[in-house]
Amino acid sequence: MARRGGTVLLVVAGLISVLVTALHPAAAIEAPGTDGDIQRGHELYTPGCSSCHGLHAEGTRRAPPLLGVGAASVDFWVSSGRMPLKTGGRQAVRKPPEYDRKQIDDLIAYVTSLDPGGPPVPELDLARADLVEGGELFRSNCAACHGAVAIGGALASGRQAPPLRPASAVQAAEAIRIGPGAMPSVGPDTFAHDQLEAVVRYVESLDHPDDPGGSGLGHAGPIPEGFVGWLVGLGALLLACFWIGERE
Amino acid sequence: MIKRFNRWFDDRLGASGFVRTALNKVFPDHWSFMLGEIALYSFLLLLLTGVYLTFFFEPSLKEVMYHGSYAPLKGVEMSQAYESTLHLSFEVRAGMVMRQMHHWAAIVFLAAIVVHVGRVFFTGAFRRPREINWVVGCSLLVLAMANGFAGYSLPDDQLSGTGLRIAYSIALSIPLGGTWVAYLLFGGEFPSESIISRLFVIHVLFLPLLILGLLGAHMAILWRQKHTQFRGKGKTEDNVVGSRLWPSYALKSVGFFFIVSAVVALLGGVAQVNPIWLYGPFRAADVSAASQPDWYVGWLDGALRLFPGWEIRAFGHTIPAVFFPGVLLPTVSFGLLFGWPFIEARFTKENEREYHLLDRPRERPLRTGIGVGVISFYVVLFFAAATDVLATVFDVSVTGLLVTFRAVLIALPPVAASVTYRLCKEANALPDEEGTAPVVSRTPSGAYVLDDHGGGNGSNGASRADGVDHADTPAPEPSPGA
Repeated sequence: MARRGGTVLLVVAGLISVLVTALHPAAAIEAPGTDGDIQRGHELYTPGCSSCHGLHAEGTRRAPPLLGVGAASVDFWVSSGRMPLKTGGRQAVRKPPEYDRKQIDDLIAYVTSLDPGGPPVPELDLARADLVEGGELFRSNCAACHGAVAIGGALASGRQAPPLRPASAVQAAEAIRIGPGAMPSVGPDTFAHDQLEAVVRYVESLDHPDDPGGSGLGHAGPIPEGFVGWLVGLGALLLACFWIGERE
Repeated sequence: MIKRFNRWFDDRLGASGFVRTALNKVFPDHWSFMLGEIALYSFLLLLLTGVYLTFFFEPSLKEVMYHGSYAPLKGVEMSQAYESTLHLSFEVRAGMVMRQMHHWAAIVFLAAIVVHVGRVFFTGAFRRPREINWVVGCSLLVLAMANGFAGYSLPDDQLSGTGLRIAYSIALSIPLGGTWVAYLLFGGEFPSESIISRLFVIHVLFLPLLILGLLGAHMAILWRQKHTQFRGKGKTEDNVVGSRLWPSYALKSVGFFFIVSAVVALLGGVAQVNPIWLYGPFRAADVSAASQPDWYVGWLDGALRLFPGWEIRAFGHTIPAVFFPGVLLPTVSFGLLFGWPFIEARFTKENEREYHLLDRPRERPLRTGIGVGVISFYVVLFFAAATDVLATVFDVSVTGLLVTFRAVLIALPPVAASVTYRLCKEANALPDEEGTAPVVSRTPSGAYVLDDHGGGNGSNGASRADGVDHADTPAPEPSPGA
């Protein structure tokens, strides 16, 4: 009995440590795209991207030029699966990425070799990031579109600010720097690097919010709460009425 | 001993006669008569949990720095109202479950009232002599909504501040007196210094006392006028068939109180409601996507979203677009709701006698049709309050959704009303199902007895064997649709 108790304790401790690691990402996250191969990147670019962005990334009527967009931009669009674009739809949507990590690094190397400007892939050290400042920055800059709990929100003309849960820390940081779609880009003059890390840390923490009180019901606010109140709360009580009352 | 005790009281108060009548009072047993009880008991839970919360809540907008246990807000400047709500949620023993039970009880309270109003409406229980109690009941609905909104606004989180900002703008939109009304309610420009302390007094003292008083009146009138009942065997306009208050009805009702408490406690324990720590403290400059009110205010939010931006200038005054969905719509809605018994009596001329036997909804196609049409109107408005969330979840255009909702809002009510009207008419044309269902019973000797012509309308399915022994004939196939 004591041994079983010990095992349970061990498992619980293990689970807690996993949770704690998830909440506080420990070491620096290495920036991708620094050791790509320009030649292999070119070989991937020509069949995969050139039909829209042009043979030399100069842009066409269908898509903007990629000269000077920077490593962060290539990594964000390709690693989130938004590029290559799914046909149709008003917005590039997240889907499983078409290229693996090595191939994305090669693409980054090729595109940045054409014009080395633009924001690099941010190097993040979330362990030292200020969660509280991140929360303040998030609520006043990001919540208006992505929602206070980052579940996403609707924008005009069928576009939307996507939910941030599926984004990795690096992707979230890249998005802030490059401003994909309808989002404004926020440069280092507006958000210093430590502020960028702070926001990303807060976004990451929203993935597993420090959140008592039972099931979060999707964190979508009063709408799911109302449905639960009607269907579960009043529903159960109506069944109870049926049970103890007369039915004819 | 007990007898002597009773006599002592009876000699002084002379209450035994009254108590005896009261204990013998008869309550109908139909399940739909317990909807009001759900509301009553969730209100009781609101009082109990609310008292606990007032021990810890600080209704003040004084700025303090947070030093509690919730890491993402440590060191953030916030109002005492928000800080004390965080404190009672995270540090006070049972604070979280009390807060969540309070909020869930409010959600269930309003839902139960709405369903109860629907039951009274569709069965015609509001007719003479019960018009006064209809008006009292509708007042309870309005007060409950107002108190729900006031309570939702108290914690001074981002979501509640957004709601207050909208309320302030609605007050401002009233022609001529708008600025006065807004200043009167808020004590100055938004966000004023005094709004939280005022809302606190309104939420814990003023509105609960009003609700309690009207609730007393509601039940006293019910007691005096006695219950309505559905038509059935032995039920007339002059009696009430059911269980006596003591012991059967009282015990059943106490049991039901425990069931309501159990459901609310369960929700409070397992389902998060209004996680204010995720929304952050209110800042007038910030707003969050997917901000919604609680469900019972949702129809007003939906109306604000759907109404086009018409701004009318007349006699040197501007009537902003917010006025129509924010002020005019609720005024007209509640005006019609309060006035319905009088409106209906005017058209049906059914005001000459008292009505104690209820209608079945299908027996009144017009009333039922209108009721369903009106309900569909408010349900569409309710869903329209979720346009942004629906657009995100189902990946559709929010602009397209708004246009669709406008079209549905105009088209659905007449369609729903006329379909309901037709269905009621058709159902009325059919003979009463209790009268037509063939009843086959087996006698102790093994014979089958067939009765295919029940007792007709209102016989309440009392089985009437035709006295012929059908032992030799096989049992008939049940007729389709029986």
